[in-house]
Amino acid sequence: MNPPTFTATPHVLRKLRRERVAALALSGMVLAMVLPLFAILAYLFVKGAPLINWAFLVTNPTDGMRAGGIWSALVGTVYLVVIALLVAAPIGVLCAVYLNEYARESWLTRLINLAVVNLAGVPSIVHALFGLGAFVLFAGLGRSILAASLTLAIMTLPVIIASTKEALNAVPVSFREACWNVGASRWQTIWRVVLPNSISGILTGVILQVSRTAGETAPIMFTGAVFFKKVADGALFPYALTDQCMALSMHLYTVTTQVNNAPEALPYAIAVVLLGAVLLVNATAIIVRSYLRSRKKW
Amino acid sequence: MTATPPCITTRGLNLWYAKFQALLDVTVDIQHGIITSLIGPSGCGKTTLLRCFNRVNERYGYVTTTGEIKILGKNIYDPDVSLIELRKTVGMVFQRPNPLPISVYENVVFGLRVHNERSDLKREMLDEAVEKALTEVGLWTDLKDRLHDKATHLQLEQQQKLCIARLLPLKPEVILMDEPCSALDVEGTRAIEELMFALKGRYTIVIVTHNMAQARRASDECIFMLMGRLIEHRRTEDLFLNPQNPKTAEYIEGRYG
Repeated sequence: MNPPTFTATPHVLRKLRRERVAALALSGMVLAMVLPLFAILAYLFVKGAPLINWAFLVTNPTDGMRAGGIWSALVGTVYLVVIALLVAAPIGVLCAVYLNEYARESWLTRLINLAVVNLAGVPSIVHALFGLGAFVLFAGLGRSILAASLTLAIMTLPVIIASTKEALNAVPVSFREACWNVGASRWQTIWRVVLPNSISGILTGVILQVSRTAGETAPIMFTGAVFFKKVADGALFPYALTDQCMALSMHLYTVTTQVNNAPEALPYAIAVVLLGAVLLVNATAIIVRSYLRSRKKW
Repeated sequence: MTATPPCITTRGLNLWYAKFQALLDVTVDIQHGIITSLIGPSGCGKTTLLRCFNRVNERYGYVTTTGEIKILGKNIYDPDVSLIELRKTVGMVFQRPNPLPISVYENVVFGLRVHNERSDLKREMLDEAVEKALTEVGLWTDLKDRLHDKATHLQLEQQQKLCIARLLPLKPEVILMDEPCSALDVEGTRAIEELMFALKGRYTIVIVTHNMAQARRASDECIFMLMGRLIEHRRTEDLFLNPQNPKTAEYIEGRYG
């Protein structure tokens, strides 16, 4: 018998050529996704950069939005996002814990799960109308930060529930079995084993909702955000919960559509600030997650 | 040494997983057409050594290897070696049966489909390959009427035989088995061992096992490894009846495991 050479036959060479074509096509797709992203970022930054400085961030808009800064909108967005998540995160996470760890398989839980999945797909304008009816009118909150935040919270809840369930599911069943078999109750199992091992995933899911909440315009337009509201420049807590407020996303919308002769760079500058804030939060999420993951040893 | 040249030879083989050295200076000749078993306690490097023979270790980026491995006289680390061709010649059977979730028939011809142009494969040729491979592993009578059932619905023992049958249409020289019976019951284990006996001669079989009784029953030669080193390699009977190295003696007496 001839000793084999294991060298490439013509067929193998053909396979390798196809392999290269596939790798090229796939990496091309990645490029097609990444390039526009960077193009958008670069474009916004180049257009908006001249306007951005410290004073722009911490002063109110003046001259009917044509001059001054964006402080009241920036701080308004922070209010809305923080309150929305303070409401949505505990409810969402605990809901997911119940659905994943306690609820038995029945038609009711299947219905709830179906509802959660479908709620995540409801357009934000529909949430806005719900918020207007439920919080502004029925609950009598009026158009206020509270009503707007609650509307945003309702909007993010299903997504938080879904991402938390995923994080809980990633904890191996064997961990739970180990716990039950030394006589731990369900709650002890959740508190000592399931949550500590899924917290990085849960946090990531919650923090990623910051960017979505900060970016939405429709739900707050009907429920609490206004065209203009003056606050003290640079004040940290200028709004009461029952006040209406400005928000960056809404401000961007009104400056581009409702204000004549606004400086060309202004909308870009607002967009850069909004994006910058969101990126900052997401970056924090990534750092927290990698820290928590590095402590996890499985 | 027998007259025929050995099938697999290694010379001064070292292997590191990142900083951890898993194989130290392994030099071994594995003879053609017999069953060679690799035994040793967990973490001794036997699976690592097995995985070197068709270079699957390299799928993990942090592996570095030095030394030489020759299969049928050809150094498989030569730059002109194609992994595709190498793995056609050196097949592997895993701990858990891993049939693909497609029909029995398609599992058996999967290798042929991967290694040939679509236009070169004729229906009769594939049918013949399936019958031949399944006959060889003793599944033909049981499965000839169920060729289009999903392979993942078979019993574990049949799945493992199917995984062996999947290698055969490519006409391999070497079949590597990584604890092929550990997921099977006594009957299944016996069936796989009988199959190994039926296949030896045509194929060189290297089997990693935790089960010393299995190594003793089912192999012609036996290699004992410890902490990444090859301690002893002899005919199985000799190794078990008359071990040369005191460490081997202690291990096969079950003083550590």
